[in-house]
Amino acid sequence: MDLSKAQAAPGVIAVVDGRAVAEYCTPWVAVLAHLKGIKSPPQHAMAIERACWQGEACAAVIAESRSQAEDAVALIEAEWEELPVVVDMDAALAGKPVIHPELGDNICFKREYDTGGVDDVFARADVVVEETFRFGRHTGVCLEGRAILADYNAGEHSLTVYHATQAPHMMQDIFSRHLNIPEANVRVITKDVGGSFGIKVHVYPDEMATAAISVLLRRPVKFVADRLESFLSDIHAREHKARVRLACSKGGEMLAFELDDVTAIGPYSVYPRTSGIEGNQVVNLIGGPYKHQKYRAKLHVVFTNKNVTCQYRAVGHPIAVALTEGIVDIAAQKLGIDPAEFRRRNLIADDAYPYTSPVGLKFEKLSHQRTLAKLLDIMRYTELRAEQARLRKTGVHRGIGLAAMIEVTNPSPAFYGVGGARISAQDGATLRLEPTGMLTVLCSVTEQGQGTEAIFAQIAASAVGVTLDKVRCMTGDTGVTPYGGGTWASRGAGIGGEAVLQAGRALRSNILDVAAALLKLDKAELDIAGNAVVNRLTQEAKLPLAEVGRVAYFRPDTLPMDFQSELTVTRHYTPRQYGFTFTNGMQAALVEVDPATGFVSLLRHWCVEDSGTVINPMLADEQLRGGIVQGIGGALYEECIYGPDGQLMNGSLADYLVPMAGEMPDIVCVHLETPTQQSQLGAKGIGEAGTAGAPAAIMNAINDALAPLGARVTQMPFTPERILKALGKV
Amino acid sequence: MELARETTLTVNGQRVARRIEPRMHLVDFLREELGLTGSHLGCEHGVCGACTVRVNGDIVRGCLMLAVQADGCTVETIEGLTDSKELAPLQKAFHERNALQCGFCTPGMLLAAQDLIRTGKKASREEIRAHISGNYCRCTGYQAIVDAIEEVIHGPR
Repeated sequence: MDLSKAQAAPGVIAVVDGRAVAEYCTPWVAVLAHLKGIKSPPQHAMAIERACWQGEACAAVIAESRSQAEDAVALIEAEWEELPVVVDMDAALAGKPVIHPELGDNICFKREYDTGGVDDVFARADVVVEETFRFGRHTGVCLEGRAILADYNAGEHSLTVYHATQAPHMMQDIFSRHLNIPEANVRVITKDVGGSFGIKVHVYPDEMATAAISVLLRRPVKFVADRLESFLSDIHAREHKARVRLACSKGGEMLAFELDDVTAIGPYSVYPRTSGIEGNQVVNLIGGPYKHQKYRAKLHVVFTNKNVTCQYRAVGHPIAVALTEGIVDIAAQKLGIDPAEFRRRNLIADDAYPYTSPVGLKFEKLSHQRTLAKLLDIMRYTELRAEQARLRKTGVHRGIGLAAMIEVTNPSPAFYGVGGARISAQDGATLRLEPTGMLTVLCSVTEQGQGTEAIFAQIAASAVGVTLDKVRCMTGDTGVTPYGGGTWASRGAGIGGEAVLQAGRALRSNILDVAAALLKLDKAELDIAGNAVVNRLTQEAKLPLAEVGRVAYFRPDTLPMDFQSELTVTRHYTPRQYGFTFTNGMQAALVEVDPATGFVSLLRHWCVEDSGTVINPMLADEQLRGGIVQGIGGALYEECIYGPDGQLMNGSLADYLVPMAGEMPDIVCVHLETPTQQSQLGAKGIGEAGTAGAPAAIMNAINDALAPLGARVTQMPFTPERILKALGKV
Repeated sequence: MELARETTLTVNGQRVARRIEPRMHLVDFLREELGLTGSHLGCEHGVCGACTVRVNGDIVRGCLMLAVQADGCTVETIEGLTDSKELAPLQKAFHERNALQCGFCTPGMLLAAQDLIRTGKKASREEIRAHISGNYCRCTGYQAIVDAIEEVIHGPR
């Protein structure tokens, strides 16, 4: 590479290559001990000598302005020797060619699971159905690109990073270890983030390079991914090809599932969560809502020369739910049983808990049967079927699709910590009564727009006894908040919220200690309501909290000699009793397919979700709706398309389609509440449920519409072209 | 730079004169030269609508218009339309209906919605959806946004 012309360009401060950055940033290897056998080669912040995918940075220009930097990038001269690429997952599995020769093959991770007895069940079953489904890789398309500003202070050997991330403490640890700066000298500050959806919870080589270059240059350095850079380097997800089989009795009992899944993850496993988790989740979640006892699965996670893939909203669930619900509908069709009735016969009973699935997942308490009944009721299923039949006679092809699901939320350390990742499964909250009677809440869970701070304020206000306007919530600063995991895996409300609740209850007790001392009354006679200490029985106001604050902070001399007030309280919470706090839900879609054009119109969508205690009904609805539309995107529009040479063909918003307002349906949401007994709050997660279930519901609705025409689609996204191909029209 | 052109425009009621490089687009100018960072950049190729601003009364993609093309124009941004209170009813409805999550699309979405509202047309939900279909929101799924706009147009349901 010849960097000299770029170095001489106007406004350029420095031009660096991978070797220069490697002096300041050590490479990483993304494996986890509990994913047995997972392998990945060391990855540097910037390519050294060899780049493995279009989107791997080779050089960086630091200039006074973005336009000067981009002008200079065009002056870098590189001589490339093109190496053979592998872009197809079957070719990758066959090792044609092997991307990292030192690893021996292209298999990053492999898992097999078998309850035993599967062959017997399939041999004796009355009905066996099988289908192969394909899922296009897609990506998060956060409206705001990834953004980082790293500011190294040589005098203090400290690094302050303003970072659009979901996990500030995880990043603090990673900057510290890979840049060799003491942990306490690294501060990660995460203010408003323009959408994340799992995209911003990973370690990105260009962001590590930005921090390393800040150390190298001893000055602040900023990098913001533009749209093309986002398409090329934001993690992708969901590229799977899976064959699934289901064995049933003629009475309509599901007996066994079998899965053979291959997923292609790019040339590296992504640090530090690995790219093995998505496929692993698919293996775990197949058949999740149902009573069958036998299951066998095989998973191959393979390297390819495309962008890397990793955990994106609902991680594995959209694949597993679509595979399960897709094959369930095919079985129902073959058995001649209504899809809703078929599900009713096979969903785990509501009184069967605690329950252990064939793959060993432990469910504390779910509500599949109530959920199904509620869904059929709100969508007026019977009438809808009658209307569908009437319209079919007039040449209108409507389809109704159902999708039941379970979902991983509130993960314990079993998700990452046990595998050796320095990712916190616990979160902490600090609550402080201010002298004016206001309440400050500091929590380690971050806010990306989902309303985390709003629900923490609600929980804190209720727990202490103040009105909402008295609460101020702060998140996203490793220099300020307690230590914790951040935002991912639908954990913010259930884990962070519980820490806030416990801290709030403890602070309430501490405030009453001060009030009892001040009022010379028994603490048991007192309570807090409406920003004042009140008589527990009569609710008569005794003392405003502002007075408690004034005395505790400014006139503690008026309190008893042996009394010390404690008006700042910190509590932490880790889910421990179950590996994951599973939720359940069910979605339904009503679509109309135009057989002449292959276009799908989304007419209506329903979702019944049981995520335990609902803290804020409006925010819970909006999490579902946003998630559902993201799932619809994957089902109908979104796909990162690569050419045979490993070049991304559609790296712009003009070519990569996302859901827009004009095509989206109104979505009806209903919540059932089965609180988890593991916490006082009882909240389970909800942020990913919509995305998990929507693709399956849309697919089943389209196939229900196509069934009388003898067609079926099995490859997402279901573009008009693919639907017309299924109809034999193109 | 020698290519820079003297450009005079009115931004949120204030006359602004600057020497501007021809290649600088309008939103970079607003954000970087004037510090008006309420207009956002989502794609920089005219698809996402995050950069929507009002020029001479019409909403435009601020990333597809060069700043020098705005010579002699009147430009209104989210900051100016907030200060003038023109957007106040819509902003209130967005708050109450939780019609924003991360908020990155919101300034552009508000300008696009207000463009429909000020026609005085009693738009249906479908017409509202069509009117904002050039503005990408990844968070909400759009329903709450449609609800909020509908409420401003038709009054509370």
